[in-house]
Amino acid sequence: MASTPAPQPQPKMNRLGLAVLDYRGGKTTLCAGCGHNAISERIIDAFYEMGVQPERVAKLSGIGCSSKSPAYFMSRSHSFNSVHGRMPSVATGAVLANQRLIALGVSGDGDTASIGIGQFIHLMRRNLPIIYIIEDNGVYGLTKGQFSATADVGSKLKTGVINELPPIDTCSLAIELGATFVARSFSGDKRQLHSILKAAIAHRGTVMVDVISPCVTFNDHEGSTKSYKYMKDHEEPLQDVNFVPAFEDIAVDYDPGTSVNITMHDGSQLRLRKLEEDYDPTNRIEAVKRLSLAHEAEEALTGVFYINTEKPNFADMLNMTDVPLATLPEERVRPSRKVLEECMEELR
Amino acid sequence: MASTDVALHEGTDGSSGREPVVNDFSIQVATVNGSGSQSANTVLLRTIFQMGVPVSGKNLFPSNIAGLPTWYTIRASKHGYIARKKEIDFLVAMNPETAREDVVSLEAGAVVLYDEPLNLGSLREDLTFYSIPYDKIVAQVCPEAKLRKLVKNMIYVGVVARLLDLDMTEVEKAIRKQFARKQKAADLNWNAAKAGYDYAVASLRKRDPFRVERMNKTAGKIIVDGNSAAAMGCMFAGVTVVTWYPITPSSSLVETLIDYMKAYRIGPDGKATFAIVQAEDELAAIGMVIGAGWAGARSMTATAGPGISLMAEFVGLGYYVEIPGVIWDIQRVGPSTGMPTRTSQGDILSVALLSHGDTKHVMLIPSSVGECFSMASEAFNLAEQLQTPVFVMSDLDLGMNNWMSDPFEYPEEPIHRGKVLSKEDLERLGGFARYKDVDGDGVGYRTLPGTEHPLAAYFARGSGHNERSGYSERPDDYVNNMDRLARKFEFARTAVPKPEAVADNGNAIGIIGYGTSHWALDESLDQLKRERGIDCDYLRLRAYPFTTEVHEFIKCHDRVYIVDQNRDAQMLQLLKLDLPTEETGKLRSVRHYNGLPIDARSITDAIAAQEGK
Repeated sequence: MASTPAPQPQPKMNRLGLAVLDYRGGKTTLCAGCGHNAISERIIDAFYEMGVQPERVAKLSGIGCSSKSPAYFMSRSHSFNSVHGRMPSVATGAVLANQRLIALGVSGDGDTASIGIGQFIHLMRRNLPIIYIIEDNGVYGLTKGQFSATADVGSKLKTGVINELPPIDTCSLAIELGATFVARSFSGDKRQLHSILKAAIAHRGTVMVDVISPCVTFNDHEGSTKSYKYMKDHEEPLQDVNFVPAFEDIAVDYDPGTSVNITMHDGSQLRLRKLEEDYDPTNRIEAVKRLSLAHEAEEALTGVFYINTEKPNFADMLNMTDVPLATLPEERVRPSRKVLEECMEELR
Repeated sequence: MASTDVALHEGTDGSSGREPVVNDFSIQVATVNGSGSQSANTVLLRTIFQMGVPVSGKNLFPSNIAGLPTWYTIRASKHGYIARKKEIDFLVAMNPETAREDVVSLEAGAVVLYDEPLNLGSLREDLTFYSIPYDKIVAQVCPEAKLRKLVKNMIYVGVVARLLDLDMTEVEKAIRKQFARKQKAADLNWNAAKAGYDYAVASLRKRDPFRVERMNKTAGKIIVDGNSAAAMGCMFAGVTVVTWYPITPSSSLVETLIDYMKAYRIGPDGKATFAIVQAEDELAAIGMVIGAGWAGARSMTATAGPGISLMAEFVGLGYYVEIPGVIWDIQRVGPSTGMPTRTSQGDILSVALLSHGDTKHVMLIPSSVGECFSMASEAFNLAEQLQTPVFVMSDLDLGMNNWMSDPFEYPEEPIHRGKVLSKEDLERLGGFARYKDVDGDGVGYRTLPGTEHPLAAYFARGSGHNERSGYSERPDDYVNNMDRLARKFEFARTAVPKPEAVADNGNAIGIIGYGTSHWALDESLDQLKRERGIDCDYLRLRAYPFTTEVHEFIKCHDRVYIVDQNRDAQMLQLLKLDLPTEETGKLRSVRHYNGLPIDARSITDAIAAQEGK
């Protein structure tokens, strides 16, 4: 009996013809329920949906639970798990060597705000083209539960120890220092994080996203301000974040009265539907002020705090030739015999 | 008694009664930091050089911008000895703070040229004194009072020129070169030099034996400092990413490199074929080198001891993840801040084994400005071929002082990028294992980020890893990997520059030296033979790991002196780690560590004493 076999369901493809599987990584070794795993999932989705060739991405990290996570997404991208707190310099070197790379840095709150604060500050200051994600749980996981420098005052460890030192707000710092896309999100806020990450891929400059990412083992209890429960109860989004990539139909109406619309370099649109009247995410001073107020009021404010699509990034400022420095041929990097003769003549 | 009356017996030639000393003496100029004497000293140096006499200049300066004592020593040597000479023959005393001590420490027969108000002439009777009224002379040639302090220095150039018989046309040429882009300054300084010369003609009677006569030993040669030579070398080596944090005495290497790169490495598109970044500290500087090396650039940094200490962790990462990079260590005196403007070879041991765990690093050790240039290319090629950080161990004496040299030769060796797989390679091979020893030399194949092939990526990590760069804590994976790294170091032993057998005549005594000690050794070898009847062979190290020639040399000699410019005989200790125990007993040590460049006399005395002669 003649029959036509039922067609196999084809996996969905992105604009490059790649499936989401092509963006997956190894099996996670982090705790079940760790916020970092959810962030890895959002990264996979964002790069898949944006249709980024995985081979163009360089994943960079320092040391800690967060810094292990690049092993769990995008195995087709090169990755460098470097030393504690010093990923920014490694990332800077990599971008200088090949400015066509899309650098994705993954760090933690210890890796960034304590041991790495110096390099973090200078990375922000340079506005290096990179997406810098802090997987922020307020606690050291790999060394079993010590406070980090982003822990809030009054936050309690499992052992009962209470944090009395003020937290470092990495978002305020990043804005003040020169990062051009600064946001905070929550690993449990799938929609918001997804949109922010897609917009991050379209940005050219430093994107700093602090993602509150609860540590289910050491910091998810009553008294923690970085627990799932606390964030679910307290998260206050500044806007409703939507992103329309350039390759999609962007002729969707928006109302300037209720939305801020940002056109990115590649023509894609970041649409921020205002949940607060008059918040202008292109105003640096206002952004820092709003974050200060959030601290006073103990709000867990999320959203895109600041964006600037005009400022030249570090790679632009260095005026490097278009071919990546890494692959320049000998004739372009070794001057001629005549040049040596000229140099010698000057020294005679 | 007036100083001018302290003359020794006057000879018939109108000078002293002593035999003339031609082209073989040292001049020391004692001034104050920030007084602008550097230009005057360079003019003196260049004048002697232009007259065809081998010459060297050493700047002994404080870690200070202005106000502390500085000494500049110029040595003219018809024999071609260019190491520091311990004894000063001709002192130009400009600094009231140190003048008395400077004069007291001179050996009998030396000459002192001093600023009249210092009134030094009565200090000793066994020296020749010349008193110069600088302020009176300078007032005549420099109407602008605020420039007088600077121009004053050029007056002693004129006086010295007269006393030493320097050719004034060469003095003018040197001044015009020094102030090449500043016509007015050149004129002003030339007038000052002439005024000094004229004063000497009119008022001074030559009463000392020192003189310069034309020779032809500098034709075609250049004068340059080691840091500039290194900068040039790096440019011709094809460096693309340079990161640095300012630190004495390495800053001038990168600053000169910036100038060269701007002049010669901007493409026809008006864009740079390089990136140079001043980092926030040495940790970031080396981190950028590692990141850039991982992504395929020829990357480098330059630093000194304190920077080396800070870079330790990242260098261990570079060793273990196997990333190329070149680190210039312009050694200065430690420990800690130490004496930042004084020279030493104090980082040898710490660099060889830098970072925690089992680590060993390749070091190239230049002795000359020529090697600063040529070893730059060698270092980059080795770093990429061995996929590891490579150190170039210069020092302050080499890096910051001016040295006479033959012109540099264009690098004949092409740029070697090492084992890097392209997407075509990956297509053909169907994949790769990053840390697999395919060729038996311990060096695996790598891919660069951005390589457009689904099998190109690997996960670089400083944590334990297997051949495929997967995370591993398995004992066998760890041991395999560490053993392969050891194999790679053995391969490096065959790839690094071989030592130079400077003298190998079957003598029982051997000397091993390295770096800037070479110039003092070159002279000391002659002294030992001539003055003490001790014949020595001499091997100059040029790299670590030690090649077989080093072991052979030690094997063939009864006693081997290792000359180190550090307290703890660091190179000797490093050799001990490598040698069979029956050879280590042969090693003797000569150490010099007072912050001044090593001199021949100190080596000669130390070896003669140990030889009982």
